[in-house]
Amino acid sequence: MSRSTSILGDFLRGLGQATFFLITILRALPGALLRPRLIVQQLYYVGVLSLIIIVISGSFVGMILALQGYRTLSHFGATSTLGVFVSFVVVRELAPVVTALLFAGRAGSALAAEIGLMKATDQLSGMEMMAVDPVKRVIAPRFLAAAIAMPLLTSIFAVMSIGVAGGHLIGVDLLGVDQGTYWGQIHAQLRPHDVVESLIKSVFFGIVIAWISVYQGYFASPTSEGVSRATTSTVVVSSLTVVGLDFVLTAFMFR
Amino acid sequence: MISPDSDIHVRVRGLRFNFGPRVIYDGVDLDIPRGKITAILGPSGTGKTTLLRLIGGQWRPKSGTIEVDGIDVHKQSRSQLFELRKRMGLLFQSGALLTDLSVFENVAFPLREHTDLPESMIRDLVLMNLEAVGLRGARDLYPEQISGGMSRRVALARAIALEPALIMFDEPFTGQDPISMGVLMRLVSTLNKAQGLTSIIVSHDVKEVLSISDYAYVISGGKVLDHGTPEAIRASRSEYAQQFLHGRPDGPVPFHYKTAKSYTDELLESQA
Repeated sequence: MSRSTSILGDFLRGLGQATFFLITILRALPGALLRPRLIVQQLYYVGVLSLIIIVISGSFVGMILALQGYRTLSHFGATSTLGVFVSFVVVRELAPVVTALLFAGRAGSALAAEIGLMKATDQLSGMEMMAVDPVKRVIAPRFLAAAIAMPLLTSIFAVMSIGVAGGHLIGVDLLGVDQGTYWGQIHAQLRPHDVVESLIKSVFFGIVIAWISVYQGYFASPTSEGVSRATTSTVVVSSLTVVGLDFVLTAFMFR
Repeated sequence: MISPDSDIHVRVRGLRFNFGPRVIYDGVDLDIPRGKITAILGPSGTGKTTLLRLIGGQWRPKSGTIEVDGIDVHKQSRSQLFELRKRMGLLFQSGALLTDLSVFENVAFPLREHTDLPESMIRDLVLMNLEAVGLRGARDLYPEQISGGMSRRVALARAIALEPALIMFDEPFTGQDPISMGVLMRLVSTLNKAQGLTSIIVSHDVKEVLSISDYAYVISGGKVLDHGTPEAIRASRSEYAQQFLHGRPDGPVPFHYKTAKSYTDELLESQA
C-alpha cells in the first residue's frame, strides 16, 4: 500500500514538475524565435539527421503493406483498391505513429542525452553563471525544432510509404496494379481532412516527444547512470505516450 | 572581520547549508574584501565549491544571508540575479566549456550574449583574452581536443571577457604544469592589480594560493577555523590550520570518513 502510494506520489510530483517546466519553455519560446539560427541548427540535428531512418522505414512499411494488402484484396478481386488500402493505413495511422516512435528513438534520446551531459559537465550551470538562461538558449530551440520536425518527417514518411519506393514500387511496378487506378483510387477516396488529421496527430506527437526529451535531460541526475536512465526513459515514456495519445486523438477524430 | 562596509564585496552571515542529513555549513560568517584576492582553504568535501555556488545564487542556503555589493543574492528575482551575475564570473573546476563551440566561440559566447559589439571588436577581445592565457593558437580547437588544464585556461579567458568586478576560481591550478601554473598565478594577480578585480580562489594548492592572496579563510567541519592575512595564517597556532597547511595525516581533521565501526571489527566481521 505504502509502496504504491509512494509510486503515485513520485508520478504526480514528476508530472507537476514537468508541467511547470513546459510552462517555462513556452514562456521562453518568443525569445527563442528571435534567434532563428539556433532553431535552424537544431532542425538539422533532430530533423535532417533523422531523415535516413524515416525514409528507409517509410519505404519498407509501404512495401510490406502493399504485399499484405495485395494478398488479402486479391481474395475479393479488389486489387485495384490497393492504393486506397495503403494510403488509408499510412496517412491515418502508421505515418504519424511510426514516425513518432522512430523520432523518439533517434532524436528524442539524443536530445535527452545531450542535455543530460550538458548538465553533468556543468555547461548549464556555466551558462547560468554567465547570466544566460539555459531554458532560452538550449531548451527552447530544441523543443521548437523537434515540434517543427515531426510533421515534416511524417509527411516524408507518408510519401515514401505510398509512392516512390513503397506501395507504388511493389503494387504497380512488381505486382502489376494499374498505375492510373492506383493513384486515381487514392485521389478519389483519400479526403483532405485525413491528411489534416494525420498532421494534427504528428504535431501533438512532436510536442509531446520534445517535452519529454528535454524534461528528462534537464532533470537527469548529473552522472553517467543518470544520463543513461534519462535516455532510456525518454524512449519508453515517449513511445507509451504516443500510442496512448494516438488512441485518444483517433477516438476524437473517429466521430 | 575586515573593516569598512564599502570595502567588503561579499558578505556572508550565519550561513547554514546541508545536503540531506550532511551539514556543510553551520553558521559561517565571511567577509570578502573588495579588490583583493581571498583564498578559501580547506580539506576535500568541506564545501568550498558549494560556497561559490551559494555566492553565485545557484544554490539557496538553509538560513543566513549572502550579500554581493550589498545586494542579498537570494532575495533577487531571476532577472535581477542574472543582472548581478553579469558583474561576477565563476571559473568551474571542470571548465564547463560548451562542447559544441570552438575555443574562440566559447570565449566570444558571453560577449555575443550580452553586448552588441561589432564582430571585429569581438574578435579582437577574444584574441586578447586567449593571448593572456596563452591559448591564442588553440582558438579553432574544440573542448574535446584540449587538455583539462587548457580547458580551465579557456574558461578563465571566458570568465574575464565581460570584465566582471568579482571572479570566483574553483581549483584553477589543478592539472596545470608548473609553467602554466606560474602564468595563471601571475595573470590572476595582474587582473587583481590592473582592474581592481575581487578574486575568490578555492584551492588545495596552499603554498601557491597563499603566495598571491591578500586574505585567507580556513574552513573545515562547516565552520571557519581561522582567517587572516597569509602571514597570519602561516603563523597560526590553530591545530586545524597547521595540519592543513603542512598536509599532516594526523590531527584534528580526520583523514577517514566518519564510520561507526572500527577497521578491525569490520574485517573480523566479514571472516565470522
